[in-house]
Amino acid sequence: MASLEVRNVRRVFGSTEVLKDINLSIDSGDFLILVGPSGCGKSTLLNIIAGLDTPTSGDVLIGDQVVNHLSPKDRDIAMVFQSYALYPTMSVRKNISFGLEMRGVPKEERAKTVNRVAKILQIEHLLDRKPSQLSGGQRQRVAMGRAIARDPALFLFDEPLSNLDAKLRVEMRMEIKLLHERLKATIVYVTHDQIEAMTLGSRIAVMHGGEIRQFGPPQEIYDEPADLFVAGFIGSPSMNFIRTEVVERGGDIAVQLKTASGAFALSVPGQQAALRPWIGKSVILGLRPEQISAGGNGQTAGSKVQEQRLTIDLVEPTGPDTLLFTQISDATVCARVRPEHACRAGETMALAFDLSKAVFFDPQSEKRLRAP
Amino acid sequence: MAEHAEVRTAGPRLLGRAVIYALLILLAMYYLAPLFVMVSTSVKTLDEIRAGNLIALPAEITLSAWAKAWSSACTGVDCSGLRGNFWNSVSFVVPAVLISTLIGAFNGYVLTMWRFRGSDLLFTLLMIGCFIPFQVVLLPMAQTLGWLGIANSTTGLVFVHVVYGLAFTTLFFRNFYVSVPQEMTKAARIDGAGFFRIFWRIILPLSPPIITVTVIWQFTQIWNDFLFGVVFSSGERQPITVALNNLVNTSTGVKEYNVDMAAAIIAALPTLLVYVVAGKYFVRGLTAGSVKG
Repeated sequence: MASLEVRNVRRVFGSTEVLKDINLSIDSGDFLILVGPSGCGKSTLLNIIAGLDTPTSGDVLIGDQVVNHLSPKDRDIAMVFQSYALYPTMSVRKNISFGLEMRGVPKEERAKTVNRVAKILQIEHLLDRKPSQLSGGQRQRVAMGRAIARDPALFLFDEPLSNLDAKLRVEMRMEIKLLHERLKATIVYVTHDQIEAMTLGSRIAVMHGGEIRQFGPPQEIYDEPADLFVAGFIGSPSMNFIRTEVVERGGDIAVQLKTASGAFALSVPGQQAALRPWIGKSVILGLRPEQISAGGNGQTAGSKVQEQRLTIDLVEPTGPDTLLFTQISDATVCARVRPEHACRAGETMALAFDLSKAVFFDPQSEKRLRAP
Repeated sequence: MAEHAEVRTAGPRLLGRAVIYALLILLAMYYLAPLFVMVSTSVKTLDEIRAGNLIALPAEITLSAWAKAWSSACTGVDCSGLRGNFWNSVSFVVPAVLISTLIGAFNGYVLTMWRFRGSDLLFTLLMIGCFIPFQVVLLPMAQTLGWLGIANSTTGLVFVHVVYGLAFTTLFFRNFYVSVPQEMTKAARIDGAGFFRIFWRIILPLSPPIITVTVIWQFTQIWNDFLFGVVFSSGERQPITVALNNLVNTSTGVKEYNVDMAAAIIAALPTLLVYVVAGKYFVRGLTAGSVKG
């Protein structure tokens, strides 16, 4: 296992800059997620780390060694591809041992490794089949087996779960996580799925337009998004963005909101330093759906939660929670309430707003407002 | 409802079927007629040919014309049949087919899996090679063969056919490999396989369908070629197509139609055989890769 560092990496294709000065560093045993919408450059970055693509400038270091000049096979890495990329003419056994064979590992040792890997992944009964005789999930396992067999310093996963159906994806996600804990491997994992990013990663790099917008542990990314893009991309259903004005109300900072039936204000606990310069100006309030719950049950008394009666336009039951949609300051706002508290569409009900974890963004730069 | 509809359309559908089959049989007979005439004429005696009509079945079957065509028919003063020329053809067709197929596979591999600056342009230029008529290259090719010192030899003929066939074989393999996921080569590179190892171990084992197509195509083209054969070889080294022409056009003696027919069938037999044996793979291979799966 080894650490990984990416220093000032740029990649230019013709006149388009696909990667703009990427800097990353993870420790040995970290699970790094590169997440972002398609075209954000995450796969290019992975290919550069793998050595399948060369950076226009900058360095890639695996375990303190600059590997820019090394070919993929000399970087001590293994990669799992989205299409699995199994060799169709070889049996599962051959697929797993091919990399070992190429590296001159003796035959008995290869057989031993194949058996060990097959046991870990529970594919012992499939060893003599061809990839075409396997299901999607089984192919995925074989692809991972091929990577594990080599015992590399660094594992690279390129959207490995996106070809699987929803149920299998959840299962394989758990297995990858278990595997990581078991092998203590350093992993770089590319995905466009923010749930995979949150559940798997120990560090997440959110990418957009060839840049890393934020790099940090999952909970930090979720609670302290650096900008509007990260806030909107991570979390499902995504964060509510409401354009609002910051006002001062009896020494407290509050935000001014309006609905079809009238205006109301919500005071903001904390964040005085960050918001004071913005009094009288327009900002974007970011509030996650779970920070808006059902009110009117007496639990809110004494806490920092504030209630407001609102008309619910749409109701979406998801099972554990029900999502309610209402209109505040020209934005559709989603609230997450317990099913037994939900009303029906068209009715009004009291919603409880918890602004202690609210975030605010500069409407121009889209950056999060922070204390100066 | 659906059952009802079926009952009502059963009559017309049956009629449609009958018409289609009748048409197909008619067309098949039309296309097979020349072959029938050739085969039946080749087993008739010369007397019967002169007396009887063209499409009548032979009164008695004799293989003497075949024997003569194979080993004792005369072209000019040489009376050794087509036997020697048949083996001539085999001796340059087999290496030419194998070499051009192998190089085509290699070209296709490079053009799809190891793209480089200008590889698309190179492919376009190669494609143009498919449209160059034989006649255009005759003189420059003769000069080139002279320079290389392989004029008027089997090696020279192999060279000509390999060069001319490259455009086609490259096209076939390139279009086949385009449907092979690039990720497979990447996986192999990370696994530690090099350029040639990936070709031998991963790519070539995938290729039997397109190899079949290419071999049939090249075999047919090269075996049936007349122009290169007549220009770039002479005398004893001539391929069977040229010898057949000389035999049929020979102006001395009696015109032996049965021998001519037998000789023509002998000349066509190998390609016919290849089609019968591998024809089904030919169609399958041509459409392979066009449907994802």
